[in-house]
Amino acid sequence: MFDIDVVTLSRLQFAATAMYHFLFVPLTLGLSFLLAIMESVYVMTGREIWRRMTMFWGTLFGINFAMGVATGVVMEFQFGMNWSYYSHYVGDIFGAPLAIEGLMAFFLEATFIGMFFFGWDRLSKVGHLIVTWLVAFGANFSALWILIANGWMQNPVGAIFNPDTMRMEIADFAAVIFNPVAQAKFVHTVSAGYVTGAIFVMAVSAWYLLKGRHIEIAKRSMAVAASFGLAASLSVVVLGDESGYLATENQKMKVAAMEAMWHTEPAPAAINVIAFPDSAKQENSFAISIPYVLGIIGTRSLTQELPGIVNLVEDAKVKIRDGIAAYVALQKVRADKTDTQARAVFDKSWRDLGYGLLVKLYRPDIENATEDDIAKAAALTVPNVPLMFWAFRAMVGLGFYFIGFFAVAFFVASRHKLGEKRWMLWVAVFSIPLPWVAVEVGWLVAEAGRQPWSIEGVLPTFYAASGLTVADLVISLGIFLLIYSSLAIVEIYLMLHAIRKGPAGPERSEPQGAGVFPAAVAAEPQIK
Amino acid sequence: MIPFVPLDYETLRLIWWLLLGILLIGFAIMDGFDLGVAALLPFVAKNDDERRIVINTIGPVWEGNQVWLILGGGAIFAAWPALYATSFSGFYLAMMVILIAIILRPVGFKYRSKLTEPRWRAFWDWGLFVGGFIPAVIFGVAVGNVLRGVPFRFDDAMRVVYEGNFFGLLMPFALLSGLVSLAMLVAHGASMLMMKTSGAIYERARVYGSYAALATIVLFALAGIWIALGFKGYVVTGVQDTAGPSNPLGKTAVAEAGAWMANYGRYPWMMIAPLAGFLGSALALFAYQRRLAGFAFVSTALAIFGIISTAGLSIFPFLLPSSLDPNASLTVWDASSSHLTLWIMLLATLVFLPIVLAYTAFVYRVMRGKVTSDELGKNPNAY
Repeated sequence: MFDIDVVTLSRLQFAATAMYHFLFVPLTLGLSFLLAIMESVYVMTGREIWRRMTMFWGTLFGINFAMGVATGVVMEFQFGMNWSYYSHYVGDIFGAPLAIEGLMAFFLEATFIGMFFFGWDRLSKVGHLIVTWLVAFGANFSALWILIANGWMQNPVGAIFNPDTMRMEIADFAAVIFNPVAQAKFVHTVSAGYVTGAIFVMAVSAWYLLKGRHIEIAKRSMAVAASFGLAASLSVVVLGDESGYLATENQKMKVAAMEAMWHTEPAPAAINVIAFPDSAKQENSFAISIPYVLGIIGTRSLTQELPGIVNLVEDAKVKIRDGIAAYVALQKVRADKTDTQARAVFDKSWRDLGYGLLVKLYRPDIENATEDDIAKAAALTVPNVPLMFWAFRAMVGLGFYFIGFFAVAFFVASRHKLGEKRWMLWVAVFSIPLPWVAVEVGWLVAEAGRQPWSIEGVLPTFYAASGLTVADLVISLGIFLLIYSSLAIVEIYLMLHAIRKGPAGPERSEPQGAGVFPAAVAAEPQIK
Repeated sequence: MIPFVPLDYETLRLIWWLLLGILLIGFAIMDGFDLGVAALLPFVAKNDDERRIVINTIGPVWEGNQVWLILGGGAIFAAWPALYATSFSGFYLAMMVILIAIILRPVGFKYRSKLTEPRWRAFWDWGLFVGGFIPAVIFGVAVGNVLRGVPFRFDDAMRVVYEGNFFGLLMPFALLSGLVSLAMLVAHGASMLMMKTSGAIYERARVYGSYAALATIVLFALAGIWIALGFKGYVVTGVQDTAGPSNPLGKTAVAEAGAWMANYGRYPWMMIAPLAGFLGSALALFAYQRRLAGFAFVSTALAIFGIISTAGLSIFPFLLPSSLDPNASLTVWDASSSHLTLWIMLLATLVFLPIVLAYTAFVYRVMRGKVTSDELGKNPNAY
């Protein structure tokens, strides 16, 4: 009934385009605030060097931003193109935050980004500073609404199923906006963006210091980035924990998979520091664990149990049976609206309808499901455990690395020794890919951990795809891979080109004092 | 359980149909001149200096303009989820072509002038041209297909089943619609170029704009005649519940020759729309003749307003008719979001759209005046 090749290719395409888009978004989020901070210093102190810093980092920001826009448009349309049943099924709820994102956030960001680049001579100092802040706020509001949409996929609150329209419809919009999963994700994700921006500035500046170029700009940039990055890295880890805590309420399976915890343990559960999960045998072939820690982090209590994967699969079987009952009742209600008995069954069981739909992968007539079908469907609810386990550890490990890195950098910067500690500069340069690794594995933990659902507990992923052909998908995926790879090369080339060229103005003999740098030199044309 | 909503479902659906029109027209007017200018780039600019001037006429504002497209997509998703699900998956490969073109735009603007190598710049100039020309045509082709009806139906679970292919979209009427769209957007782009440039570019834009406006009149008239002479439209048969649940299968409809003219007989005031299309293009011709750049811009905007409104009004209450199973056609009364979602989205639009318009106006005021090669030399951020 379902063309699994189409579903798999659609998932691959979504993952590729989303992960690719997410190479550019975090830097936009972080760098926009760093630009706003640098320009604020310029406006407050009047020192020309801060304006040149803002313009230089702004050039790199622009190169990155163009890619974010190019890849973002695809995301906006892809739900309808590749996930049309998803769009029909939850568009009533999911579409609203996307539309509001456009209205409230992206319009702001995109309208003022032009002013940021073209408005330096047309606006007053304060006027331009406001524009820069508006760009930063626009970018971050954007993240807020996108993560409200994504948070709803993880924890679909405030909606009910309507048999007349065969879709989920909104019941409580406030619940969707104030969805605790969405709020935690927002803070966690933008913090990850700030870390990315801070590491980027640190690494590029460190390279200048190592080369003895643009020393004054590099030192100042590093000082700003070190303090911003320290705050952000603390926030990303502390509030990352917060989203783990929330996930246990809503997505117990995700946590169990992240921890490779196959069986419920007596509270408080131990945490596996290292493990080699074996999905076929449903056990870890090797594990080093620390007692109590997971239970305390996950439940904030010493007595509450965290369920294991095998136990959750058993729970899923109950829900699947209930979901099948809901499905049967739904067919009756649709055939005969006056069937109050069926309506009562549906009203009682509709929350598990999604679990019933899981069986559709094995047979279209799910009302006749055998024990075997139900067992297979229940086994589907387990995400890829080794992937989850290691991706989560990579993310958390990097998170702690960032805290350590920024703590040291902040200490060195506050003692004005940035130029002397060459080892630290090298560490900064080589850290540049790490935040990207962290955000991409973070995306994997969040979204691969959501499988087999496109909407947790409501709509299975395989049930959500469009009725396209394999040929459609091969063409589109091929085009995306080709264009995106080419653009990635171009983007990195231009970034390196701009970094090598460096900020406008003289390289070495920069004045230390305030505001003596002639504006005419700063505005020296770079192009043509 | 559902909170109180002060407007009834039928009214909200009608409001959202109007808002859909406003957003599409907003996109066509605001981003339309970006597309038109990009499509004119190889023709109005003969050397690198001129090309940079042309690109920088829209450089500072095109990003904000493109949000009209993003918002259009988001608003269709939120207010007309069935339309979003059906059209974007049905037009899959056509959407891919548009996406490729649109991906080339931001990088084209930003990256083109970062290097001086002529082949590099020529490549991105080509990319910008494709990024303007292709969407301008394909959006029109899509509208032509909507008027023709699209081969989709729904299965029992309300899953859309599409039985067409990419080349099926390229039927003669749809190609004609694509040309109407291209002509009107090129004229609009030419108006913008006249406002923002002087000298040789201005003169060339004036010439191309005149041709485009003339072509708009001829092609739009041809499309109208085609529709009037036996073109199959669609009609809802029987009485449709305008406040019922959003389930397209709850009504019956049939294909009928000349049906797209019926609304004009029933509501003669709707003739304003096609008249505005012709009048706007005619006034633009006059404005190009008299070198009135601002007036030309308003005229081409009026033409866009008229032409898009004509398409929307002709098919009302249809949004997306199905040629395969007319009963499955999406209409204003059975393809919307829930009552509550329409209300929430209306509130959000009423709060934010005026703010958007206000700061957009501010940005255009700051960026007013003609783009000169002198100014570009001074701004290291210019494209």
